[in-house]
Amino acid sequence: MADQRQPTVIADNANIVYRIYGSVAPGANSPLASLKRIMTGKKSAAVREVHAVKGVSFVAYKGEAIGLIGTNGSGKSTLLRAIAGLLPVERGGGIYAAGQPSLLGVNAALMNDLSGERNVELGCLAMGMSPAEVKEQAPGIIEFSGINDRGDFSSLPMKTYSSGMAARLRFSIAAAKKHDVLLIDEALATGDAKFRKRSEQRVRDLRKEAGTVFLVSHSEQSIRDTCERTIWLESGVIRADGLTDDVLKEYETYVNK
Amino acid sequence: MAQTAVADSDTGPSLTELARSHGLTKAGRLPRLPEYTRHLWSYRHFIAAFANAKVSASLGSTKLGVVWQLLTPLINAGVYYLIFGVLINTKQDVDNFIAYLCAGVFIFGFTQSVVQAGSQSITANIALIRALHFPRASLPIAVSLVEVRNMIASMIVLVAIVLFTGEPITFQWLLLIPALVLQTIFNTGLALFVARLISKITDIRQLIPYILRIWMYGSAVLYPVTFFAERIHGWQLALVESNPMLIYIELVRHALMENVELATSAPLLWLQAAIWTVLVGFGGYVYFWRGEKGYGRG
Repeated sequence: MADQRQPTVIADNANIVYRIYGSVAPGANSPLASLKRIMTGKKSAAVREVHAVKGVSFVAYKGEAIGLIGTNGSGKSTLLRAIAGLLPVERGGGIYAAGQPSLLGVNAALMNDLSGERNVELGCLAMGMSPAEVKEQAPGIIEFSGINDRGDFSSLPMKTYSSGMAARLRFSIAAAKKHDVLLIDEALATGDAKFRKRSEQRVRDLRKEAGTVFLVSHSEQSIRDTCERTIWLESGVIRADGLTDDVLKEYETYVNK
Repeated sequence: MAQTAVADSDTGPSLTELARSHGLTKAGRLPRLPEYTRHLWSYRHFIAAFANAKVSASLGSTKLGVVWQLLTPLINAGVYYLIFGVLINTKQDVDNFIAYLCAGVFIFGFTQSVVQAGSQSITANIALIRALHFPRASLPIAVSLVEVRNMIASMIVLVAIVLFTGEPITFQWLLLIPALVLQTIFNTGLALFVARLISKITDIRQLIPYILRIWMYGSAVLYPVTFFAERIHGWQLALVESNPMLIYIELVRHALMENVELATSAPLLWLQAAIWTVLVGFGGYVYFWRGEKGYGRG
């Protein structure tokens, strides 16, 4: 049955490990401790490994919208980044995708010293648009973000924006492009109610054009509204993978325990 | 339907085969070098915009803005003139010591700032790298472009100093352009090299100020190049005189000034400069490309 559908994203025993430098317990970085480490040839305590995603496997098909749920720090965002190819997967496994999946996140970093307009230009170029496309799209992006609703804010540096305005602008930039595989990280939760309505509509439009959508969210309502299938990640391991209603029921009993 | 990860990993090989049979590509796969280069070329507008943005961001909070690009080298030259020209008053047997000194300071400063900024180009932009998909080499190359702008400003100051101190304008001045082009390619390779090295071994960043200082003393910036030949011989001298920065500095002095004593003949210097440029430019690019997929890990 699975063979008749076109797979777009396949994760095969994917392991993702973060290496963090310099986060050591007090005392472990003292000269004496360092000397001891060098003498005994032990691995530096200054490098800690965080095994964020542990042996995850799944197949996503064309036309599916998949919700990713799990408590904070369960590895949802990390998994999305690995699908986008932004984080490397450890040896022995892999993630395969059709085309180039794009990550639509609220934390896409921009330059705070520059004006909103320049950030729109820079963000679009970084997504691989040509200068002509950028010129064509920029007014629409600024209008969609609504930052100019109260005067000309787009020519002011981004550091003068409120956090909601900055998040709206970032979402508008990221949503300006069409994608084969769309990865959405909590993007629906940005801005005020008015903007949320507009952004949900935009995500639905993008979904129609995209082959497959992954949505990370803590809002069960937006998962229920958009996704028919849900994967529940807990401590980097898949706890459940199936129909949204079934998985959410299981998840609720787990959280309310 | 609940499935556990353990059960899934048993079907491992067949999943990989399924991916292959449907023509899916591995996420985070390293592209081949020509493919990577083409991809990088298609991002040239991003590189230029990023370099411009960096300049405006760093000068945006100052009142004088772009004027600082000219003021910084002027002040730099003024400090060295005060110390070496007035306080110590060394002439060091060089006809036009001030111009000689400034050429060294500016040309070395060009490479120095590329190394300093390049070493942070990955680590400082980790959020951008984790959010968006673009060839990572864009970042060190943009850093190198920013410094080219600063270098052009300091070359204007240098030419003014050289003229002011009484050097004649000759056709040899045209040699300044190829010398700076070679140095720019060399710098870009170096920026790519340190960017990957420091994203992997952060400890080296602590050593960079000392490495740069030793490199400066070995590049005949503050004293004439004949200083080395008078003191060391044999392989030690050969080692010092094969220093790429010493070579680039000598080429610029040779281009702008009359009666400069060179370590070796000018054609030999050009050959050495070209070899260093190809070696470091290409080597740094390949070294950076090999690590392309690991930069997001941080």
